[in-house]
Amino acid sequence: MLVRRTDPIGSSEITPEAHYLNRREFLAAAGLLGAGLTGVALPASASAAGRAQEPKALGKPYGLQSDDKPTPYKDVTSYNNFYEFGTGKDEPIENARGFVPRPWTVQVDGLVAKPASYQLEDFLKPSAVEDRIYRHRCVEAWSMVIPWRGIALADVIKRAQPTAAAKFVEFTTLMDPKRMPGQRSNVLQWPYVEGLRLDEALNPLAMLATGVYGRDLPNQNGAPLRLVVPWKYGFKGIKSIVRIRFVDKMPNSAWNLAAPQEYGFYSNVNPDVDHPRWSQAKERRIGEFSRRPTLMFNGYAEQVASMYAGMDLRKNY
Amino acid sequence: MSDSLNAMRRRSVLEPQWFVPALFVVALLPAVIGVAGTASDLLADTRFFGSNPIKAVEHYFGQWTLRFILATLCITPTRQLLGWNWLAKQRRTLGLFAFGYLMLHWLAYALLDVQLDWHDLTIDLAKRPYIMIGMAALLLMVPLAVTSTKGMIRRLGGQRWNRLHQLIYVISVLGVIHFFMAVKKDIGQPALFAAGLAVLFAFRVQRWRARRAA
Ligand code: HEM
Repeated sequence: MLVRRTDPIGSSEITPEAHYLNRREFLAAAGLLGAGLTGVALPASASAAGRAQEPKALGKPYGLQSDDKPTPYKDVTSYNNFYEFGTGKDEPIENARGFVPRPWTVQVDGLVAKPASYQLEDFLKPSAVEDRIYRHRCVEAWSMVIPWRGIALADVIKRAQPTAAAKFVEFTTLMDPKRMPGQRSNVLQWPYVEGLRLDEALNPLAMLATGVYGRDLPNQNGAPLRLVVPWKYGFKGIKSIVRIRFVDKMPNSAWNLAAPQEYGFYSNVNPDVDHPRWSQAKERRIGEFSRRPTLMFNGYAEQVASMYAGMDLRKNY
Repeated sequence: MSDSLNAMRRRSVLEPQWFVPALFVVALLPAVIGVAGTASDLLADTRFFGSNPIKAVEHYFGQWTLRFILATLCITPTRQLLGWNWLAKQRRTLGLFAFGYLMLHWLAYALLDVQLDWHDLTIDLAKRPYIMIGMAALLLMVPLAVTSTKGMIRRLGGQRWNRLHQLIYVISVLGVIHFFMAVKKDIGQPALFAAGLAVLFAFRVQRWRARRAA
């Protein structure tokens, strides 16, 4: 297997904020001009004022390539796949508006020495909160660069003390069709479930996010707690988690249940293994015109490839 | 009473003067909005089509293609139900618009999405059934578009022309199948188009039965 090296780059190589804002401001002005010329009325959100509020991309970059820069907050928080709030990518931001992710309970159970049910605040308290900038690759061949805020998943696992029998971790999203209108349709089997092998869950890259851009996670991004595994396709990043269970058998995952030939358990980003209906060799970075090549393990091969040594990744897609 | 009914019928026999201009405005508007919105998004980052404008406009023109195909198929039932025989002439106009939107859909795909990467275009065509089906529909639509002039109708003769243009039934079914295959899991929208198409087909089957019985 050919693996491209992905040296983590220093934060100094990320476009400085001021620079970046200038570019957006320029584009916004050009946008207004363009709109004038074409006679198309623009939504107010596209105005220069909207752009000026772009928050700062906090955190240490992990696995970013030299031309990777954070995807604007507006795109990160308005272009979402979150079927609990509708199947269109512009729907979650609307349909999750009234969702209140408090109080929130997280249950940790299964094959662990310390099963418990936590209030979210107590669940998070013992762990250090970190900001990390990760690449994000959706199975639909688009990608972003997202500054997450959250805690290391490994931290939570160590506290729960899995028994020797525990081989996998299963995550479950809140089931509440009253608050999550998408759950009233049977487009997927609810509640959404996802899983990782225990060693994957212990990988230092795996995090439980509570925020983006240094702010609390917006509802449409999976408030108040979601999984982030940047070497896997985005749908592995289960949102609004209420349960973390340790098991000895490979757990189900919502998309695997929906279309097993299309979405496997592992779902590692892999440019050489096509989705049956489209190629995964390239991706369109949100905000860019031309597609860029997709990297093995989304650019995190150095940190994760060893976990899959000797596995046929074509079979274990 | 019967006077006013007759007046209505008499009026419905003639095409209202505003009809053709209105049709052109309505039919061209989505194209103008689509092209202008895409241009402003790509050149000036306006997010008219959201965060991923290329995908969005590809879908937008795909949907308009299907809408115009269905609109074309609505002409004959409307004509027969309301007695608006003048509508018949507009069937070709709507069909040509459908073809125009299909070209825009294909351009959004080939020019903006795949950016004329020859390798990717051929791989898609060879490996992706939904692309094969879409392309089959496109190829079948070409002869219909080029025979949509008065001269061509005369040259072919009404009967042969009609038979050729029955291909629209095949094209519409291929279009809906292509839509089903293009979505991930949310089949609500393609199901809606499929239902519309089923109604339009049912109308024709019923007419055909009635004619055979007569
Ligand atoms: C009569 C012919 C066709 C019709 C009616 C049609 C219609 C549609 C519709 C309705 C969609 C889905 C839009 C949505 O999800 O909102 C779609 C998607 C698509 N079509 Fe077509 N189409 C046709 C032909 C073609 C052709 C010839 C091509 C290219 C060779 C093509 C390429 C695509 C692509 C790439 C998508 C997007 C799939 C994705 O989401 O990635 N289509 N089409």
